[in-house]
Amino acid sequence: MSVARNWRLRAQRYRLVGETCDTCGVKIFPPRDICPECEAPAKTPFAFNGRGEVYSYSTVFHAPEGFEEFAPYTVALVKLDEGPMLTAQLTDVDADDVQIGMPVEMVTRRIHSSGDDGTIIYGYKFRKPLQESA
Amino acid sequence: MRDVAIIGVGQTEVGEHWETSIRHLALGALQAALRDAAVPRVDSLYVGNMLSGELSGQEHLGALVADFAGLRGTEAVKIEAACGSGAAALRVGYIAVAGGLADIVAVVGVEKMTDLSGADTTAALALAADGEYEASQGLSFVAVNALLMRRYMYEYGYDREDFAPFAVNAHRNATNNPAAMFHFPVTAEGFARSKMICDPISLLDSSPICDGAAAVILAPANVAGALSAAPIRVAASAVGTDTLALHDRRDPLVLDGAALSAQRAYAQAGVTPQDIDLFELHDAFSIMAALSLEAAGFAEKGRGVRVALDDEIGTHGRVPIATMGGLKARGHPVGASGVYQVVEVVQQLRGTAGANQVPDAHLGMAQNIGGSGATVTTHILECMGS
Amino acid sequence: MGNDKGMTLLQPDREVGVVGYGAYIPRYRLPGTEVDAVWAGGQGNAPIKEKSVPGLDEDVVTMSIEAARNTLARAPHVHAEDIRAVWVGSESHPYAVKPTSTIVAEAIGATPHSQAADWEFACKAGTEAFQASMGFVGSGMARYALAIGMDTAQARPGDALEYTAGAGGAAYLIGAAAEALAVVEGSVSYVTDTPDFWRRAYQHYPSHGGRFTGEPAYFHHVESATGALMEALGTTASDYTYAVFHQPNAKFPLAVGKRLGFSREQLEPGLLVNEIGNTYAGSSLVGLSAIFDAAAPGDRVLMASYGSGAGSDAFSFRMTEAMTERQRLAPRTWDYVARRVVINYATYVRFTGKLDQ
Repeated sequence: MSVARNWRLRAQRYRLVGETCDTCGVKIFPPRDICPECEAPAKTPFAFNGRGEVYSYSTVFHAPEGFEEFAPYTVALVKLDEGPMLTAQLTDVDADDVQIGMPVEMVTRRIHSSGDDGTIIYGYKFRKPLQESA
Repeated sequence: MRDVAIIGVGQTEVGEHWETSIRHLALGALQAALRDAAVPRVDSLYVGNMLSGELSGQEHLGALVADFAGLRGTEAVKIEAACGSGAAALRVGYIAVAGGLADIVAVVGVEKMTDLSGADTTAALALAADGEYEASQGLSFVAVNALLMRRYMYEYGYDREDFAPFAVNAHRNATNNPAAMFHFPVTAEGFARSKMICDPISLLDSSPICDGAAAVILAPANVAGALSAAPIRVAASAVGTDTLALHDRRDPLVLDGAALSAQRAYAQAGVTPQDIDLFELHDAFSIMAALSLEAAGFAEKGRGVRVALDDEIGTHGRVPIATMGGLKARGHPVGASGVYQVVEVVQQLRGTAGANQVPDAHLGMAQNIGGSGATVTTHILECMGS
Repeated sequence: MGNDKGMTLLQPDREVGVVGYGAYIPRYRLPGTEVDAVWAGGQGNAPIKEKSVPGLDEDVVTMSIEAARNTLARAPHVHAEDIRAVWVGSESHPYAVKPTSTIVAEAIGATPHSQAADWEFACKAGTEAFQASMGFVGSGMARYALAIGMDTAQARPGDALEYTAGAGGAAYLIGAAAEALAVVEGSVSYVTDTPDFWRRAYQHYPSHGGRFTGEPAYFHHVESATGALMEALGTTASDYTYAVFHQPNAKFPLAVGKRLGFSREQLEPGLLVNEIGNTYAGSSLVGLSAIFDAAAPGDRVLMASYGSGAGSDAFSFRMTEAMTERQRLAPRTWDYVARRVVINYATYVRFTGKLDQ
């Protein structure tokens, strides 16, 4: 993906910035400017808190080009607390330790780098929430 | 609005055609189709293709194929809807004839996937998914379908091995189809042992990377009999769309685009699923086959796999699918598959399917899906003179 | 509390303090026994138990972002747009040109009105950024400034440093003393041109002067800075509840602490090197965050970093009443230490990219 194209997406990738529909209240990610529920214009930014649960997952053994260095890795559909679902890798997790319904939290990690001299793409992945001590 | 018929069909074998370029592949299928009927001329040409730019360094296939096929000057354009490109091109051809703007229309679906490495081709296939929010996360197209399969298994209580009958059926039928890529049978045991690509999807669960082209010639139904010994009427042609990204779907386990497309087609043809004698569905992955059966009304939600487990999908079953091998075993040259499906329905309705013949096939349905369900085109074909 | 010209004590006109802090340590651990088995015949001579290793998708950018988020969690009243500087100090910035700090600033919402250059001074890059933050805030130019020390240290395979070159660090949000959980009483630096440890521009691994890294380098600078700080403030070791020094190994911080009059009990809570290795620019700062996690209002803490090349920054902190409530608003340092997945040498080689060379 080009430098400009990745750069346009940084608010979404770094801070999970989507939209809220001022008409029906639905939270939207990724932002799409027209509410998928009520079709009203929806451009008010909304930052998701990064918590959600695993809706489905799969471990990728044969990675697409550019991601081979990370294989094997687990990808998931994550349903965010506020409603929308997104697609992301899971991280800091053992492949056989993942369950549907598992709570997860967003972290920012390396997604991709274009060789040794291209830019590094950072973005959201999800992991099991850290345990805090009592 | 005029009734439309198919007067000629043609196809190449599906396989790894090292000696054959994309324009030669298209030419081969087109010539076969033109020979299959007494075609006086071609008024327009529609080329269905997904990846010619990425994998052959060539866009602009409409004009290229027209010129190469001796149709220089003819109206021609490339139609793209990911792996649904083939049927989408047929849809546009249908509109041209039905709308009275063209009389003889040629449609060819062509795909050349084997020139680049597997990794490059896999990356290109991910163009069917949402680039900014699915593919960019490191998902291959297989991974998208794997996410779907795992959730389906979780919600409805299936094991991976329960999907084996889709592969077993497809391979059995492919052994009798000379144009198919694979001619070996698959057993349930072999399926269970098959190597994982993205779990739970294994090698025997997913259609192959391959080259191929198929073509169809359309004409107004009222002159079809004069041009073909076995014309087939297009009883319905309908498209439904949905979100590209799986995560944006209303319910990821329901192919709303396929349901819309099928319902529109049934309404156009004035039929119900019970009237359909065979269903060439989009079995790029077994999960897609299961969900397609459900979306088209052949099974309740969550019971698509049950249909296969209950042995109802064979050529003599309640709902025969992949009767010539399907995407799984005949092969899935992505932009061409939608036209292969229609060619195979025509073969069945003409009674020329040989060992795979569905008895008394009168009404056949073909459904081609782009991406994980975002563009779905359904055609219902009917024997003429009935 | 102004300074006369020529005094060594760094003390801004406005009193400043730590308004939030947060650590990050990756979860993978390479036991010293693994390195020993591969390079030293398994004779049982590993100097530490294990060191932390970053995962394939981690680097100083990602680690700094998490430490920064933990920091902001401990400062819930702060709006990221009011952070006027995000300064990351490291020896392993992912880019040689394109600051880590810009990405961290963007990720936490501090842009666009923020300073965001990167810092380098070996293992004291983060503490020098901390001092600059003190000046930025203390001068009234900024309400808040964020200083981070973070590293994914790389050692040449087979070198003695391979046992200890670890990954981790911590972030500190500096603001007005009135908002702080720990007030900064002052800081003193001691810097000379001393080439004990260095890395030339296109080299992948550092080089060092062997035993030269001891007395003339680490000990001389740390003792000098700490001594000068305590003299300027009129304090002695017994005035402090805790002390933490840069931790290249288990011996040096204990030895320098003893020389300066600190007891083992004062040093223990901040000693992480045996569990996570030397996190370089993160080392003294992540030791400090462990102490902050354990400290009580009124406690005094001394911290001295050491950066090769060479210099030491010494700091004196006093905990405020606000500390107790805000400690638990983010994961504690020892939570990160306890979060561990042991890997073998082969996996470590893959994770640290040594196969790519």
